[in-house]
Amino acid sequence: MLLGLVAPTGGRAWVLGHPAGNVPARAKVGFLPEHFRFHEWLNAEELLRLHGRLYRMPAGQLRRRIPELLDLVGLAPHRKKRLSDYSKGMLQRAGLAQALLNEPDLIFLDEPTSGLDPVGRLLVRDIIKAERQRGATVFLNSHLLSEVEITCDRVAFLKRGEVLSVRDIGSLIESEIRVSVKADGLSAAMVAGLNSHVSEAQLEEGQLNFRVASKSELPQIIRYLVGQGAQIFEVTPRPPSLEEIFLQVIGKDSVL
Amino acid sequence: MRAIPVIAGLTFREAARKKLLWMALAAGIAFLALFGTGLHYQAKDLAARSHAIIRRPALESMLMVGLYATDLLAVLMTVLTSVDTLSGEIDSNTLHALAAKPVYRREILLGKWLGLAAMLTAYVLFMTGGITLISNRIGGVRPQHLANGLVLIWLECLLMLSVTIAGGTYLSTLTNGVMALGLHGLAFLGGWVEQAGAALHSPRAVDVGIVASLIMPTESLWRRAAFEMQSPLINALGFSPFSTLSVPSPAMMGYALAYLLAALGLALWRFSRLDL
Repeated sequence: MLLGLVAPTGGRAWVLGHPAGNVPARAKVGFLPEHFRFHEWLNAEELLRLHGRLYRMPAGQLRRRIPELLDLVGLAPHRKKRLSDYSKGMLQRAGLAQALLNEPDLIFLDEPTSGLDPVGRLLVRDIIKAERQRGATVFLNSHLLSEVEITCDRVAFLKRGEVLSVRDIGSLIESEIRVSVKADGLSAAMVAGLNSHVSEAQLEEGQLNFRVASKSELPQIIRYLVGQGAQIFEVTPRPPSLEEIFLQVIGKDSVL
Repeated sequence: MRAIPVIAGLTFREAARKKLLWMALAAGIAFLALFGTGLHYQAKDLAARSHAIIRRPALESMLMVGLYATDLLAVLMTVLTSVDTLSGEIDSNTLHALAAKPVYRREILLGKWLGLAAMLTAYVLFMTGGITLISNRIGGVRPQHLANGLVLIWLECLLMLSVTIAGGTYLSTLTNGVMALGLHGLAFLGGWVEQAGAALHSPRAVDVGIVASLIMPTESLWRRAAFEMQSPLINALGFSPFSTLSVPSPAMMGYALAYLLAALGLALWRFSRLDL
């Protein structure tokens, strides 16, 4: 919808300061569709030249940019091979190169790691990082939450096309965390004394589990426990995983 | 509009890379070779047996047969090459990466139209030129107003192209093919009904033919092209695929041109609004 492929049923949106669907604005946008197909009778070099011409890039710039990108995505040795002879992973790499061709300010990557092996996934992560450092905004759409967790700064949860929540990944890590403490000499009274600082404190087989609003409160809690005579062997703070937050936001009984 | 030549070039190159262009050329050469061989023996046998008064119309008829077959082949070629160009790329998501570029949808559509039109123009020129040249060399006959005929056959192809491309914005590849050929079939039958009506002096049958031509004017373009190209003597031979007992009027030619532009306009309008 932001790229003008589908007409909105209502509402308004802006892309790089222009209304969604604005054609000239797309000159600074890169896009890797999820279920993309290219003209498979082209080779990788021809594909990039074609898309470069559609971006209206000058021939000189294309001559420099195409080998650079083919190198980046590891397709340089296969640049003369027809795309019909490419594997799914190679096509994904060609697609990625196509999305970066115009040094875009905004990049939409729809499931960019699907079909890629671990090396390819690492490559995508590195590329996203490099693009972010260059100053581009990368819009990553993925069901692989671990991927999102590693790569993104901000995350939006969508359900049936509606944004339910937008959060900073950093604030997620800083938000309520679960802590488990392995110690000797823990007692129910100690736990009751903690209740003003933590929530859901439970003592099970010499292990104390609780939730705390912020990591910064931990030293104080540890001091309290030691002061009460507990012998602490291990304190493990565990920020909630994106998956847990996803389930919280979207709901476990979410309709697919 | 700067993307139009890029897309047109892509469309033309696609036909070449997928061997479509070369297959059409090979089939065309085989067709011309067969036509030349047939005409050669006919000319030889006629020279031995008949008088020049009979010989000339017979060879002129053969020329018209060749042009008629070329016209039919060109229409088929138009449908076959263009039927998949939009619906196929919509179904396979090939258009996603193209349409997300800083190009207008109209540029994509017009580029494809131009690329295919260029290919069909080359095909029509090659085939019509081949038939004319062979007939002139072997039989010593030539079409009367070749340029007029050529333009009309060319228009017929462009009309068919516009209809098929417009169909591609609404229908799947197969359904679009059935629609395009079905419409041409209707026009084809309508043309025969009109000629038969004229031969049998049945004005209502002629009207049926005219209505068919209004629904799809491809065949009326051929009828006019045949009228332009054949000698008056052949016309006198009576009821045949290229007889023009009821000649499509210049108004009908204008209607066909308007039809072409309307089909192209519809394709542009629809494709600009299509959810990909």
